[in-house]
Amino acid sequence: MKRHALIALFIFGSFFGSTAAMADAATEAATAVDPVAEKRLQKLSEELRCLVCQNQTIADSNAELAQDLRREVRTMIKDGKTDQEIVDFMVVRYGDFVLYRPPVKGITLLLWGGPVALMLLGLFILVRYLRRRATRINAEDQPLSADETSRADAMLKEIDQK
Amino acid sequence: MNRYFWILGAFAALVALLAIGLNLNPRDVPSPLVGKPAPAFNLTILATPDKALAPKDMQGKVWLLNVWSSWCVSCRAEHPVLVEFSKKVDVPLIGLNYKEVRGDGGFDMSKMPADEEKKLAFQRANKWLSDHGDPYKLTVMDLDGRVGIDYGVYGVPETYVIDKAGIIRMKHTGPISPDVLAQKIMPLLAELNK
Repeated sequence: MKRHALIALFIFGSFFGSTAAMADAATEAATAVDPVAEKRLQKLSEELRCLVCQNQTIADSNAELAQDLRREVRTMIKDGKTDQEIVDFMVVRYGDFVLYRPPVKGITLLLWGGPVALMLLGLFILVRYLRRRATRINAEDQPLSADETSRADAMLKEIDQK
Repeated sequence: MNRYFWILGAFAALVALLAIGLNLNPRDVPSPLVGKPAPAFNLTILATPDKALAPKDMQGKVWLLNVWSSWCVSCRAEHPVLVEFSKKVDVPLIGLNYKEVRGDGGFDMSKMPADEEKKLAFQRANKWLSDHGDPYKLTVMDLDGRVGIDYGVYGVPETYVIDKAGIIRMKHTGPISPDVLAQKIMPLLAELNK
């Protein structure tokens, strides 16, 4: 049983290993020999969303569009465009959605501020709860009054007699 | 008791939020091109390969640009709506054939010379239009998808409404249903053609 699992794992692993290597070879061949340009392409691609698969960057995605956009970025790098120019090129065509890190704007305020606001709300509720609990415990911590003491004594005596 | 109402209320709010969020269409990405001039191109016309069309040739007219391809499954669903539209409405519908051959996925493009791709693309596009009806005033061929990138195309079919001044007034991503046509596109065309 265990052996089967091992064999399956081996086949699985070698399959994925080989396809990954193939993909690497393909992209490397296309960017040819310039390691600086390759690094910039990689970095820019990680900042840009693939609009077909939406939750992947164009670096991760192998969708047609991602390949086309990587090719565009590559051409622009070759043409000596700056990173900002390349990003602007994408934003003009696909909107802010193409940016994997959306810019801080009126419309994205909830997106950026939401988590902080939620944390502040949580802190506020926590502090309020702790304060209330503290006053409640303080209130309960008062020593017994003379009347209460005598009643308690009476009750204890009753139990002792039984 | 009061506390449980709080929890229930918070839970109901969460459910409402998810219900709204999950019913939104994630493909409905607002296009930054709306309100901007239609990007220029100069592409070969399918029916007359010795001639080309540029958006400025359409200046002075309200027109529709519909991105399609014979490999695109949703285009098939949308096509009868377009055919019907072209029979009834006197608004020029221009087709932009997007990556007819290399978008298909069934060809090894590294082994196909450019002129062969071009020949095959024209052949396939013509066949598709003669099989399914041709609603287009004319179709231009974007073989490598470069113009598609300028128009922010990411899911064929897509449709652009362009006004007399050449400004994009609307973009619809995905197939045009009779509802979309009647409720979104027709009123806009009427307003622009006033």
